[in-house]
Amino acid sequence: MSIAAESARALVVERVFPHPPEKLWRALTEGALLAEWMMTNDFEPVVGRKFQFRAEPKPTWNGVVDCEVLIVDPPRRLSYSWGVGGAESGLQWVVLWTLTAAEGGTHVRMEQSGFRSDQQGAYQGAKYGWQKFIAGLERVLGGLD
Amino acid sequence: MTIHTNHVFRALADPTRRAIFEELTRQGERTVHALTRYAGVSQPAVSKHLTVLKRPKLVRHRREGRETHYRAQPDALGPMVGWLDRYGAFWRERFDRLEGVLERMEP
Repeated sequence: MSIAAESARALVVERVFPHPPEKLWRALTEGALLAEWMMTNDFEPVVGRKFQFRAEPKPTWNGVVDCEVLIVDPPRRLSYSWGVGGAESGLQWVVLWTLTAAEGGTHVRMEQSGFRSDQQGAYQGAKYGWQKFIAGLERVLGGLD
Repeated sequence: MTIHTNHVFRALADPTRRAIFEELTRQGERTVHALTRYAGVSQPAVSKHLTVLKRPKLVRHRREGRETHYRAQPDALGPMVGWLDRYGAFWRERFDRLEGVLERMEP
């Protein structure tokens, strides 16, 4: 259970690609290239831009991810919100891409975490934010087995 | 994502509900009155939050006299962790595809 709980804190996937950061940046930010490995999209690398990723609908998901560009810092950092199930579902995440030049290529780190700070509500502000909850969740799950 | 997992996420998307659920995992059983004092919102609001938490079985209740006691059911979080694992698989698959795209791209 501890491994699963660890991944629940924030989902992180990392890999070193044998290509320069500028090339990774293009694959992450040019709509046509992005569509080849992510999903059909109307992404543009402009902060504040609202866009969608679209995949084949599934019985439990309409295939739409509603996003808004949060950070564009070429060729280092790219971030967008990641909303599934429409505004009423509250399933809102933040995806952060970090590119770092590494030996023989680029270290790519994708982190999917949290809810946007403006959705944490009035109740004691960030004190009961998602991160804190997930940290507590890990403790709870640790005691399950 | 299953309907059940959806309910778990929706129940916990609200910060007040997360706080109530956390309090129950910390303190064990609590009455609606105690939870109302803790959350600092009205009792009807707390009752409504508890109803939402009950749906995916995140909390369980029992009545004793005029009081209703609530208890957390952390096992209900299992599907949520499973869902996060599947999201991990989603991203790893995307990374594989990205690798293919990079190979085909002009340098």
